[in-house]
Amino acid sequence: MPIENYLYLSALLFTIGAAGVLIRRNAIVVFMCIELMLNAANLAFVTFSRMNGTIDGQLFAFFTMVVAACEVVVGLAIIVTIYRSRRSASVDDARLLKL
Amino acid sequence: MNETSQMLVFLIAIPLFSAALLLLGGRALDKVGHFVGTLASGAAFAVGVIEFLAMLRRAPESRAVTQPLFTWIEVGNFNVGATLLLDQLSVCFVLLITGVGTLIHIYSIAYMSHDKDRRRFFAYLNLFIAAMLLLVLGDSYLSLYVGWEGVGLASYLLIGFWNQKPAYATAAKKAFVANRVGDVGLSLAVMIAFVQFGSVSFSGVAEGVEAGKASSLALNALGIALLLAAVGKSAQFPLQSWLGDAMAGPTPVSALIHAATMVTAGVYLIARSHFVFDVASIAQLLVVIVGAITLLFGAIIGMAKDDIKKALAASTMSQIGYMILATGLGPVGYAFAMMHLLTHGFFKAGMFLGAGSVMHGMNDEVDMRKYGGLRKYMPITFATFGLGYLAIIGVPPFAGFYSKDKIIEIALDAGGAKGIILGSITLLGAAITAFYMSRVMLMTFFGAKRWEAGAHPHESPALMTIPMILLAIGSVSAGFIFNMGDRFINFLAPLFHAGDSGHSGHGEKEHLLPPIVVSALALTAVAIGVSIAIAKYGRGKAIPAVAPSDVSLWTKVARRDLLQDEFNETLFMRPGQELTKALAVIDEKVIDGAVRGVGSITLDVASGVRKTQTGFVRSYALWIIVGAVGILGAIAVMSL
Repeated sequence: MPIENYLYLSALLFTIGAAGVLIRRNAIVVFMCIELMLNAANLAFVTFSRMNGTIDGQLFAFFTMVVAACEVVVGLAIIVTIYRSRRSASVDDARLLKL
Repeated sequence: MNETSQMLVFLIAIPLFSAALLLLGGRALDKVGHFVGTLASGAAFAVGVIEFLAMLRRAPESRAVTQPLFTWIEVGNFNVGATLLLDQLSVCFVLLITGVGTLIHIYSIAYMSHDKDRRRFFAYLNLFIAAMLLLVLGDSYLSLYVGWEGVGLASYLLIGFWNQKPAYATAAKKAFVANRVGDVGLSLAVMIAFVQFGSVSFSGVAEGVEAGKASSLALNALGIALLLAAVGKSAQFPLQSWLGDAMAGPTPVSALIHAATMVTAGVYLIARSHFVFDVASIAQLLVVIVGAITLLFGAIIGMAKDDIKKALAASTMSQIGYMILATGLGPVGYAFAMMHLLTHGFFKAGMFLGAGSVMHGMNDEVDMRKYGGLRKYMPITFATFGLGYLAIIGVPPFAGFYSKDKIIEIALDAGGAKGIILGSITLLGAAITAFYMSRVMLMTFFGAKRWEAGAHPHESPALMTIPMILLAIGSVSAGFIFNMGDRFINFLAPLFHAGDSGHSGHGEKEHLLPPIVVSALALTAVAIGVSIAIAKYGRGKAIPAVAPSDVSLWTKVARRDLLQDEFNETLFMRPGQELTKALAVIDEKVIDGAVRGVGSITLDVASGVRKTQTGFVRSYALWIIVGAVGILGAIAVMSL
């Protein structure tokens, strides 16, 4: 199996994630889609690492995972707090930061 | 190379130090300030006399002495030293400034005794003496410029000495502004000299002119710039309007600055720059024209003035017109101009002090229509003023006769139509001078008493009369002494006749009229002027205490200084105001408009852009993606 297929998969996952972020209203789902995009990027990193025979890409994948884990902690906390105060997890309902 | 002297700097330093001391010393020096000021001026005079005597012991060709003080400007090849130069020309001025200056200091002790600011007055007088000495002692146009501005400052401060009266403060400003117009000429002259000759020292420029470094155009431009400077400082046409108003200053100031010394700085400048004017024929012709116009202009104004000081100021203007005219007549003229300058310094300062003495006794009244019959009450003032009067109208053997007669003589000898025109103008000026000065004499000292109630005229104290007497002695004898065996002319000759055969050449020149005929003509003109004045203002003629209003248009115009203020107002002041108004509008609309416009455009754009902030987090995400895709697309396009 040619190694480019991993890149196609990565692109596909990223696109699905991006579409989910744009289309879905539930904050949890949006969040999951963001994770999907991050992991698509991770997959691309690892693939390029393999293609170039260097270890840099794999190293970056670990960084991404650590950042994603931190982000999940903070993000979920925010979502839970918003849900508690507004009884809604819809991102469209949380639009107070505007004119 | 000239000899050096270590004394010259003291001429300037003593009065300058005294001025600083009096200004910084504060009220503590109020009791002694006038003595300090007078002593400083007297000390400068002593130094001047010592230097003069030392000069007389040297050979005529090497009489100039210099004193290098320090290097002032040093840029590449351009080198200006702060060097003092005392030659035959500057020594005349030094003695006049410090001599007459000291007498006027003495006079002022009494004249200003009731003024609580007397110390400040003496500080300014000393400042003036120092600046004027720097003006005449500087060896370059740049040093001269510093002194030039210094006397302008002192003149401004002293005209506005009683600046609690708004009119006096305005007069001071007027003098300053008119002088500033002339100063532009001097700074232009310095620049032209620098560009053309790479030097601003008198000797450097003289050598440059001799070596033919400059075109005739540049030399004429230089001459005209110098003339503009002289015209401003010496109150000549067309910058003459400030002198009449400058009489707002205390009378000793009028005597020292606006009669004897500062206003003659223009004559000094032209005489000092003789090497320029001798080759710049257009500029030289302009000098003559300016002198001729002013001598009539001042004389005509003098006929109509009832204010004794303004009449004398108009006369000063006219007499300086004579000097300027003489300087414009080439090598023969400089020495006679200087001679008239010195004799004029004596008699005009003496007359101003006399006028001050009259005012002192008449409760500061200046209107001659309210004088009359004062000769019995002020005999010394009458006698000294009378001697000055005889000197100025040119009665032999008084000083003015020798100097003015010579100027008329050389004017007639100017050649062709020019000589006849100039000769007639100077003769006419002499007649008018005789008329208006006789008018002043008759209205002040003769005739019926027309005093205001409460006037108790009395002779002034000795501190005032002694300077007047000394100046009167000068008015009587100066001309005779100067003229004895052409002494003065020969003294100055090495300076002005360097190239040609000197005064002897003048002697051999064909005269239009023999000197004796010229003298007779001049005396006839004077006699006519005096007789008209006696016929109009003499014995038995009633002089109304209020100036009659049903007079000819000509008189009305002359009373208003020949409309010089109206002329300046319509031609310069009003358009100037319009210009500033227009500039204010441009500032408001264009400059401020641009600044405010940038601000409001930024605000408008911002409030438009603000609408994209919807609060929908998904639309932000869309923008991010669109942006990212856009950047990637751009990279893809670029890498194709």
